[in-house]
Amino acid sequence: MAIEIEHELSAVGLSKVAVSDTHGEDSPYFAGWKAYDENPYDESCNPSGVIQMGLAENQVSFDLLEEYLENHSEATNFGSTKTSGFRDNALFQDYHGLISFRKAMASFMEQIRGGRAKFNPDRVVITAGATAANELLTFILVDPGDALLVPAPYYPGFDRDLRWRTGVNIIPVHCESSNNFEITTEALEAAYKEAESKKIRVRGVLITNPSNPLGATIKRSILEDILEFATRKNIHLVSDEIYSGSAFSSDEFISIAEILEARDYKDCERVHIVYSLSKDLGLPGFRVGTIYSYNDKVVTTARRMSSFTLISSQTQQLLASMLSDKKFTENYIRINRERLKKRYEMIIDGLEKAGIQCLKGNAGLFCWMNLSPLLEESTKQQELELWKLILHEVKLNISPGSSCHCSEPGWFRVCFANMSEKTLEVALRRIHDFMERRNTVKRNNGL
Amino acid sequence: MMHMLKNQEQVLSKIATNDGHGENSAFFDGWKAYDSDPYHPTKNPNGVIQMGLAENQLSFDLVQKWVRNNPKASICTTEGANDFKDIAIFQDYHGLPEFRNAVAKFMEKVRGNRVRFDPARIVMSGGATGAQEALAFCLADPGDALLVPAPYYPGNDRDLTWRTGIQLLPVVCESSNDFKITREALETAYQKAQESNIRVKGLLLNNPSNPLGTVLDKETLTESLNFTNDKKIHLICDEIYSATVFSQPDFISIAEIVQENKNCDLDLVHIVYSLSKDLGFPGFRVGIIYSYNDSVVNCARKMSSFGLVSTQTQHLIASMLSDDVFVDRFISESSVRLGARHRDLSRGLAQVGIGSLKSNAGLFCWMDLRRMLKEPSFEAELELWRVIIYEVKLNVSPGGSFHCSEPGWFRVCFANMDDETTRVALNRIHKFVIQNKGVEANNGKKQCRRSKLEVSLSFRRLDEIMMTPHRMSPHSPMSSPLVRART
Repeated sequence: MAIEIEHELSAVGLSKVAVSDTHGEDSPYFAGWKAYDENPYDESCNPSGVIQMGLAENQVSFDLLEEYLENHSEATNFGSTKTSGFRDNALFQDYHGLISFRKAMASFMEQIRGGRAKFNPDRVVITAGATAANELLTFILVDPGDALLVPAPYYPGFDRDLRWRTGVNIIPVHCESSNNFEITTEALEAAYKEAESKKIRVRGVLITNPSNPLGATIKRSILEDILEFATRKNIHLVSDEIYSGSAFSSDEFISIAEILEARDYKDCERVHIVYSLSKDLGLPGFRVGTIYSYNDKVVTTARRMSSFTLISSQTQQLLASMLSDKKFTENYIRINRERLKKRYEMIIDGLEKAGIQCLKGNAGLFCWMNLSPLLEESTKQQELELWKLILHEVKLNISPGSSCHCSEPGWFRVCFANMSEKTLEVALRRIHDFMERRNTVKRNNGL
Repeated sequence: MMHMLKNQEQVLSKIATNDGHGENSAFFDGWKAYDSDPYHPTKNPNGVIQMGLAENQLSFDLVQKWVRNNPKASICTTEGANDFKDIAIFQDYHGLPEFRNAVAKFMEKVRGNRVRFDPARIVMSGGATGAQEALAFCLADPGDALLVPAPYYPGNDRDLTWRTGIQLLPVVCESSNDFKITREALETAYQKAQESNIRVKGLLLNNPSNPLGTVLDKETLTESLNFTNDKKIHLICDEIYSATVFSQPDFISIAEIVQENKNCDLDLVHIVYSLSKDLGFPGFRVGIIYSYNDSVVNCARKMSSFGLVSTQTQHLIASMLSDDVFVDRFISESSVRLGARHRDLSRGLAQVGIGSLKSNAGLFCWMDLRRMLKEPSFEAELELWRVIIYEVKLNVSPGGSFHCSEPGWFRVCFANMDDETTRVALNRIHKFVIQNKGVEANNGKKQCRRSKLEVSLSFRRLDEIMMTPHRMSPHSPMSSPLVRART
């Protein structure tokens, strides 16, 4: 089982789930947050505070959303100022979700994929965020004690979302810098064998595309290989496409939906897509997640289970209105991509000038930075030392690769879209200065 | 594009393929009947009237007015748009501080300010549905059990057991003492579990009760608290209907009992709440867990990531519930309207000799149709229920679906419709009862002519009842000439 039992004596009367630490909050990923909370950077009030670069949020395109709301207040505000608008909305608790919302969501997902895949609104299941979507799918596809294969490095939140209450295991599929951390069939097979040797049954593969933390899309041929692997083993394939609208260029993101459409949906019942508006639209507070499954039974069951985690009808109403405005969404998607690309180029440029290389990325709200040359020894311990140094001296909260289960020490995820350009400049200057100091010390030590 | 399953059943989890979702139950027939033939006053006047849905629709005009007058509470208006960005980004699982403060204050007001609630103990969840499940995950392991006084809300079966793997054991309550929860019944249920080697982790109370519509008295609450303390098990109080109390006796919250019993183990007490019933906002998914146990607060808070309340909604609710004038007026007005509607229904039923449990809260009546059963069995109850759905065209909920130990009881909801629909529903019930009597008359007693007179009399009285506000006992008049005793 994936649950570790601790502190049983101090929490008498609670469940094993409650006393385990599978919620994952004791990891360094979250420790950095605490440091930030205690001393947050502010341009005017606290210019020497910690800059938050560990939070994958998209704040670059809010003005577009605000503009939309300003021009469409009646449409978004309970649909109508007439009497029944508020009431009907407040009463609506049908777990199918508002049909207008599902249609809008399906259409938005199609637009993001440049119309290269079609989505049927009847297969859209609503959940309160992708966090809930991933957990829910795990409950449906995997039994306690069984496992999901997850390419590493992966989003630290998966440890909690996929394992905590479900009792499911994650077997990482190790990816290496030598081939740009691409997922290989060999790595998948190796992970599968590892599970077999531990007598753990593998029920599916869960990929994130575009990848968090790599900030890169998965190539078509690799997607096909992964699907082929899942078919061979007769297991599920979950594709978390939460960053699909954050690929810098529409052409470079290929969805698993396109792969399926190209093969006429043959054997598609094993495929399920997770999506959310938290990243692409920058609305994490609204808790808008969806599951899109090609499997009828999964759709029906997921829908029933979504009772535990429905999207507020008020929010469904707002988004149904916003996302069905095709002119607005097309414009938003395009501009958002451009701005993210510009932000990415800015940080890559700045890091290069400081002598730091990153994995070549093309999507997401972060870059995958290589600081392994700075480690004296290639160990997790050294990585964490370096991370603490950056947190407390350079005053930047970035995420160490070990918290993402990266097998090679020295890689860090650095977010760039949750701040203003000015703040990013400050961050880059600090990194630059830090590297300068290090190089000076090295030179002085005759190295 | 419909993709059919090919041997996929075994590829899904056990949870996915079992019946824990509860929808295969026979009790869904009523909903299906309603869905396929829903009543509408003009478009479908002969359709099925939905009386199986416990929703509070009586006071929306008050809320609507407030929303119109407070555009700043909605981030979608020009006035409120400034807050949009901060609200949209905020995903901290502690929730907006103003939201927690407002909810705590509202809960205090509903309890007449007799208790204090600490906003730091307020944890969000995906509706009360999510709250119940999260608490079960926190307090019990798969295979453990919670004791639940029956009859109880059918959703508990799914909410508490489907994904958690725990089980519910009923604490039998009987009509002979108005379905009160007795210490004996609690002990019996506990004993039974012990004998079956099932570990009991807690007792779940619903106060006010669904489906009974009654409130728990101080004695019962104290007894329950003592019972759980003695057994060292948790006490979960679902107080989702706390603001639907419309007449005496007062609602007493477990929070008040806990305040008075300083010796009790606070770590064992937890409250579930929601705005779905009291305010009538089921669509907004505002569920709350309030625990006196720090570890549970921490754990439930982490779990709330799986079911947070949309910040857009938190913002609206925070604004609405901090408006004291509005809240005070809403609580009292809603109560008056619920009381009036309850009176109309229960008296309308009494007119044809149908009694219901004396109740003073909730959105429903617990109707006694035992005399109309062919025999005192659940088969007979189902048969009668089908007649009510398909012939009388009312979707009511049979007691068996609430795990009631005695057949013949039905829950009838009254707050999800307007006056006219209530009138139509009562007319149909009257017709049905009279016809039933007519049938019996043909079987040997000469009551036909008399029945017809009584039909017109009863309809007239029905209108009077609907319009006069004076009180009348909702008890079934045992000696009513309209009721023919079945032996």
